[in-house]
Amino acid sequence: MSQRLVSFDKIGIDFDSRVLLDNIDMTIDAGEIVTLIGPNGSGKSTLIRILLGLQEPTRGKVVRDKGLRIGYMPQKLHIDPTLPLTVKHFLALVRHVDKKNILPTLEKVGIAHLLNAQVQVLSGGETQRVLLARALLNNPNLLVLDEPVQGVDVNGQVELYNLIEGIRNELHCGVLMVSHDLHLVMAKTDTVVCINQHVCCSGSPQHVTGHPAYQALFGIPGADESIAIYAHQHDHVHNEQGSILSDDDDAHSHCSHQEKS
Amino acid sequence: MLEFLIRALLGGLGVAAVAGPLGAFVVWRRMAYFGDTLAHSALLGVALGFLFNINLNLAIVVLCVGLAAILVTLQKKQIIATDTLLGILAHSSLSLGLVAVSFLDNVRIDLMAYLFGDLLAVSQTDLYWIYGGGILVLTLLVTFWKPLLAVTVNEELAKVEGYPVEAIRLLLMLLVALVIAVAMKIVGVLLITSLMIIPAATARKLSNTPIQMATISSFIGCLAVCGGLWASYRWDTPTGPSVVVCAALLFIIAYSSPFKRRSA
Repeated sequence: MSQRLVSFDKIGIDFDSRVLLDNIDMTIDAGEIVTLIGPNGSGKSTLIRILLGLQEPTRGKVVRDKGLRIGYMPQKLHIDPTLPLTVKHFLALVRHVDKKNILPTLEKVGIAHLLNAQVQVLSGGETQRVLLARALLNNPNLLVLDEPVQGVDVNGQVELYNLIEGIRNELHCGVLMVSHDLHLVMAKTDTVVCINQHVCCSGSPQHVTGHPAYQALFGIPGADESIAIYAHQHDHVHNEQGSILSDDDDAHSHCSHQEKS
Repeated sequence: MLEFLIRALLGGLGVAAVAGPLGAFVVWRRMAYFGDTLAHSALLGVALGFLFNINLNLAIVVLCVGLAAILVTLQKKQIIATDTLLGILAHSSLSLGLVAVSFLDNVRIDLMAYLFGDLLAVSQTDLYWIYGGGILVLTLLVTFWKPLLAVTVNEELAKVEGYPVEAIRLLLMLLVALVIAVAMKIVGVLLITSLMIIPAATARKLSNTPIQMATISSFIGCLAVCGGLWASYRWDTPTGPSVVVCAALLFIIAYSSPFKRRSA
């Protein structure tokens, strides 16, 4: 049995008396890749912020392992253009960083040649790798990646996921990833947790994609395999028992608003 | 050379040397309007200092820090957009200061000197304040350079990595307040922000790293002080505005010069 890094215990958070998250139970073990999926506005990022200690939950608690060290990779990096900053200087800002590790870490994520580049001129994929390097320099045993492939083309996405899996295998760290679709993450994930304000379903990717709650949110896998990109239905309705009321739309009708790949 | 000119030069250089690096942070964090608001409230500090008969510099620092604390609290509550909030605080505190000053019957205050500065009136005591305060600010800046920069670049990453983000933010405000208190004598409450942001903005064009930008803006600020003082002596123009005009000229020269902003 692997070491438990984090467990969420009935986490809930309200904002302006609106429930953003309710009754979330979730665990992450060392060496495990957990993917958090859910439509836009489902509370994925809020849950991440609670884990990182950036936001306090209204209800429930987060139990963190004593030795927990998080490497966090935010969704985006905005640095004011008036701030001249090279990749090297950006990475040197990591608290208690050993500067000798900067170059090897950049090599690990495949961008050693960008050591002296200004951070503002990097492409989307390069920025994500710099952010990954910064997360790694914090010597994490848990990597928290908020939409790590955002703004990266499909080939780049596959490469990044391979890289993340390689890092997990090397460091045996836990990985919590946020994604708003599952198709590319599938093969790399041990556990999928599908949330929409509450945990809709969780388990192995095969289990989750077969689950009615998942299908109500993301469509039936295989139904549109020729496109291979699942469209989202962005919300669903619950009855009093908490089960999902289908609104008779089938998955295909949502293909009209596919996410850009 | 005349003694008062030497004192003016020493005072101006001391202020510019400190305002440069701090101005870089003001530019990076887009705090220019925030600096303005604190500066405008400094006049209220002067009035209160006279009223309660305490040291003026101390009164200014206390008032600026207090206002900064109020600002942060109100900002968190998100009652109103930050720029609106700053506008309200800046102008009402300036007006409050002007009103308060008018109540001080038995004290003659040279209002113009406080609003626009009077570099030529720098006294020996002012020099002690400038250099004492300046060395304190620079020491804090050097000591806490890395956390200050980390919080400026990305607060969330800094917090996850264990930096005390709130404390660092407070420190930065305290530093800005200190600089305003010492710089007020030189350029006055209405022009202080310019001495922080114009040299820093000029330095941006010439620098590749944060440290370079901070150092270069110090030098540019000093250059502007020398130029402004010379112009003021030569043509009998008001010193504070002359320094600012000189800084603005340097900015224009830097940005219209042919060589490109350095970037790898």
